[in-house]
Formats: sequence, C-alpha cells, structure tokens
Amino acid sequence: MTSPDRDRNEAEAAIREGAVLRLMVRNHPGVMSHICGLFARRSFNLDGIICLPIGEGARSEMLLLVKDDARLEQVILQLQKLEDVIEVSRAPAMRATFETIAGNLRY
Amino acid sequence: MKLNGAELIIEMLQRQGVSIVAGIPGGASLPLYDALSKSSLRHVLARHEQGAGFIAQGMARATGQPAVCLGTSGPGATNLITAIADAKLDSIPLVAITAQVSRKMIGTDAFQEIDTYGLTIPITKHNFHIRSVGELLEVLPDAFRIATSGRPGPVVVDIPKDVQTDTIEIDSLPDASRPDRVPPIARDDLKRAAELINSAQRPMLLVGAGVIASEASADLLRLMDKASIPSAATLLGLGAIPTDHPLFVGMVGMHAARYTNFLLEECDLLIGIGIRFDDRATGKAAEFCPHAKILHIDIDPSELGKIKRPTFGIRSDAREFLSAIAPLIESNPRSAWIRHMEKLRARCPLMMPGVSDPLRPYGIIRYTAELLPRDAIVATDVGQHQMWVAQAYPFSSPRQFLTSGGLGTMGFGLPAAIGAALAMPERTVVCFSGDGSLLMNIQELATAAEENVNVKIILLNNERLGLVRQQQQLFYGERFHASEFRANTDFVAIARGFNVASVDLARVEDPIASLAQALSERGPCMIHVPIAAEENVYPMVPPGGANRDMIGGEADDVA
Repeated sequence: MTSPDRDRNEAEAAIREGAVLRLMVRNHPGVMSHICGLFARRSFNLDGIICLPIGEGARSEMLLLVKDDARLEQVILQLQKLEDVIEVSRAPAMRATFETIAGNLRY
Repeated sequence: MKLNGAELIIEMLQRQGVSIVAGIPGGASLPLYDALSKSSLRHVLARHEQGAGFIAQGMARATGQPAVCLGTSGPGATNLITAIADAKLDSIPLVAITAQVSRKMIGTDAFQEIDTYGLTIPITKHNFHIRSVGELLEVLPDAFRIATSGRPGPVVVDIPKDVQTDTIEIDSLPDASRPDRVPPIARDDLKRAAELINSAQRPMLLVGAGVIASEASADLLRLMDKASIPSAATLLGLGAIPTDHPLFVGMVGMHAARYTNFLLEECDLLIGIGIRFDDRATGKAAEFCPHAKILHIDIDPSELGKIKRPTFGIRSDAREFLSAIAPLIESNPRSAWIRHMEKLRARCPLMMPGVSDPLRPYGIIRYTAELLPRDAIVATDVGQHQMWVAQAYPFSSPRQFLTSGGLGTMGFGLPAAIGAALAMPERTVVCFSGDGSLLMNIQELATAAEENVNVKIILLNNERLGLVRQQQQLFYGERFHASEFRANTDFVAIARGFNVASVDLARVEDPIASLAQALSERGPCMIHVPIAAEENVYPMVPPGGANRDMIGGEADDVA
C-alpha cells in the first residue's frame, strides 16, 4: 500500500469512528488558539477542524472531529466553559462534510 | 468627556471598586502609570511582578473581591505568569493588566514584545488582547464579571501602549459589572439529594474552596448540626468550619490525621461541596471512599464526573445548595456514627510531636496561634511548614487561611501576606514559611518594609527543601540530592538589610516571650526558628497510594 493511500485510510477511519462536534464561537484571532489549546493541554484527541465565519463575521461555525470515547462528555463540558464558545452540540450528520474534504485532500 | 485609554482604565478600575493595585511599571505601561499618578487609586510597588501577582492574590483571597496586578510587556508579563496560573488552579478572582508594545510594533519581535495573549490562554479563565481604545469600555467590565462569576478565576487584559495613549470621547463611563447570577437548582434535584442525605447511616461532608468562595459557612454549619454529619475539609476548604467544631475532623488526604482518612474510608455517603477531587485530597481516586455513594455539588459542571463519577451531581453554587436543601433535611442525631467518629478520633488522633516546644514545628505553630488574635490571617508558603500549619493551626473563619493549593507555588506566602495586610490593615497577618520558599520571593521584604504592613513571617528554617528531603528519605532510598542548602544563609541579617525587624528564637533566653513581643509590635517582622532537618510531616500517603495506606503518625509513635 502506498503511503498516501494509508494516510487516506487513517483519515477515513478517524471520520468513521469519531464524533463530530458543532460549535458556534465568537470570531476573533484568538479563538482557534483557545480551542486547540484546550485539546492539547487536556490531551483530548482532535482529528479535524473546519472553521468558517458566519453571518456578518462576528461569529464562526466550527466543526471538530474528535475521538468518540469516555472522555467526550468532559471535552464538551470543557468547551462549554470557554468564554468564546457560544454553543456546543453533537452533529453526527456533519460527518459527511469531513468525508467530502478527505476525498479532496491531495496528500 | 474626553480621556485617553490609560485614564479610562484607571477610572473603570475604580468604578469596579478597586482601591489598591500592585505592580511594577515599565516602558509599555508608562502611560498607565502616568494616569495612575493623577488618580486616587493606590499603587503598591512590588519588587518582582510575581510578587505583585501574589500581593493581588492575597487581597483577593482575604476579601473575596477581585484584585488587580499590573505588569509591563515582555518580562513584566512573563513574570506574572506563575501568580496567574496559581489563581487559575485555586479559582481566585484576579484581573491582571499587562501592557503590550504599540500595535504597529506587534509581530516584529520588538523590544519587550512577547505574545502575552498566547502565553496566558491555558492559565486564565479568559483573556483579552485589546485592539482599540473603544474595546476597553466593554472588555474591562467583562473581565471583572468573568473573574468573579461562577467558579472565579484569573483574567488577563493585554493593552498596547498606543491604546493607552489614544483618546476617546464618551458621554459617560459604563456601569461596573456584577457577577452573573448563580444558576437555580431544580426542585427534583434537591429532593433527590435530600433523600440521599436523609437515608445515609454514615454520611460525611467534604468541603472545599467553593464553600469559602460562595460564603456558605453559616449554611454548612446549620446542615452539619441538624443532620449530625461529620465534616472534613480539603486544604483550600480549611477555615470554612471552625477547627474546634465537634463535628469537624480536619483536613483530608495526603497529610490528614489517620482518623480522618479512616472515617472517609467507612462512610456510606460522601457529600462533596465545592470540591474537585484533587489527587492530594483523594489519594488513589478509585479507592477514595470505596463504600460510599457520592453526592457532588459544584458550580463548575465539568468537575462533576471529571475524577469521580458521582451517584448524583448537581451544578450549583454551594451556598445556594445548602440554603435551598436545608428545609428538606431531617434532624437526626446519628448517635452510632458520631460515637464511632469520636472513638476513632480518640484512637488515632492527629499526633503533634514537640507541640510544647516553641522551637519545633508544631510547637511554634500552636504558640503563635495562642498569642495571636483569633481572627489573625494565616498565609503559608509551600512545603512541610504548610502541611504542619494545615494540620495544627486552629482556624476559626473562612478566608483566614491563605495558601497555594493547586499549583503549590513556593514563594506565594510573603507577597500574599502583604496583600492580605494591605486589604485588611486592622488585622494581624502571619506568614509561615520555609527557607526554600521564602527565598523565592524574598525581595518582597522591601515592599513589606516600604508599606509597613503588619506581617509577621515565621520562618521554619531547616536549611533544606524539607518536603523534597522527606520524599527522598521515604521513597528514594535516602539518596538526599539537591535538597540541602549548604550556604548557611543568615536570614536575620537579610531581614535587617531590608529594614525589617527580626528575631532569632534560638538565640533568645525566653523564646515564647520573644515571640509574644515580636507578634504584638506593629509592622513587618521576621521570626527565625531553626528546625531539625529530620522533622517530617506525618502521616503521609505515598503519592499515588490509597488514603488508607498512611506512613507514620500512629498514636503510639513517640518523637
């Protein structure tokens, strides 16, 4: 198996076995750092991020692909504590968004 | 009215009720200090920004009100970091204002430029980087609201120099913010909690910092008395219940009295209020209160189930919970359980070897307590002395005991004591410290002398990092390495050098009389107490072990 194929399979497995969280956040330059930092410092697993501004740009919608394990509830509770996070919900239907992107990845 | 950013900051701090700030000026914060010089806001000049951060913490911990520290850009901000992180772990309302290089210089590696925003993300409840003077109108009240709402914590506001000098025209200043209202508790949740409590045969309370932060002591005591529930405290919960209360069983965990840990082992219901099941309190979490159902009350929903899965958890402010549940709690003498508690306490009490000798750890702590007014504020540093104080000092009220719990920051004690003395000048503040800890912020002796604060430092000097030595002795085959200070530092001379009065209790004829005199004279003073290197804190649960497995502290131990 060539290495790009293996990478793609990794991505597909992460999407298949992971959970998708949908976040509404305040849109400013620091918000990504706050969210990624939370995952890093609590050693939560974060496999994918999609983030785009919505409405008039004051807010962003963010999709996080995370590991679906016993810590997921704690991940959500910690995300909800961030001041810039307005809303967190599970969004299994958004799995397809990650699948589409995975299909378009070049490497 | 027209004012610049710096003037706006000062005005808004005063509207928030801030009357003292601690800090050190520098290039990027000079506009702020220029505005300070024209205001009635009192500035206390620390000698290191970490000192400023802990002075502010001392004010916040002693009063419960948010306190403010100031640092300049770059090293001013990095030096504040330890004090900010400490406030995060102990949930202390702190607002740290850091200056930043001017906006056009940001990102150029300018002189004293550092990414304060990025650095403080993981150690704050929230942080802000200001981009225009107008943002201050919203951000400053928000910073205080966030610092004081729910579970309190530190907030950093990073403000570029040119934002401080930019002017703005406003009709009026925004109102001061107030903490968010505490969440209501569902009636059914209260009922379920009350059923758990009412049906328990051997309930125990474990109270933490949340009880002190929410000022729930009076409600807590009513519940204890009505339902006859023995109560232990975490390190940060000490003071919530008077030490001499018959149902108070002391501090839980790594250095608890043996009977305290044994009681928790036996309880059938643990009611944890305002606690977070810290590992120093629980020991091996899976074996903590192994026979108990767990009722967990905390204002931070992420704490419910984080370490211990509760039988039932309620997200609530401690006082709100305690006052709301009171009418549902049945009066119950629980005579068998209380008798058992008393028997256990008599059989394995806290042992305090040397308590009658003022030149030994427990002795100096108990003599100091006897000589001080009952409401004296007690700060500590971190190490053996901290644990001896936690075990042996007779606390009588909340916010009396100021100690660095979560982060365990050596160097906390002296500046925190200075902060407490500034906030409450009518009280005596004693700071128990060790030689290792005191050296970490000893420069604040200059601040203590300058402000003439009523702070008494009781320095237990074993010329060592005592708790490191203790662990090397117990768990590392007595291979003592890097835990001894061989320099023979003369602390009495150092105090004198800072214009702080000092006395060496080992070199006076009557140590108790000299201690009494030193404690009764107003102003800062260092009381030096040399102690033996072999003095250890017992009992001790080995790190990672279960609380039932304690080393030392048995009643038949003679020392």
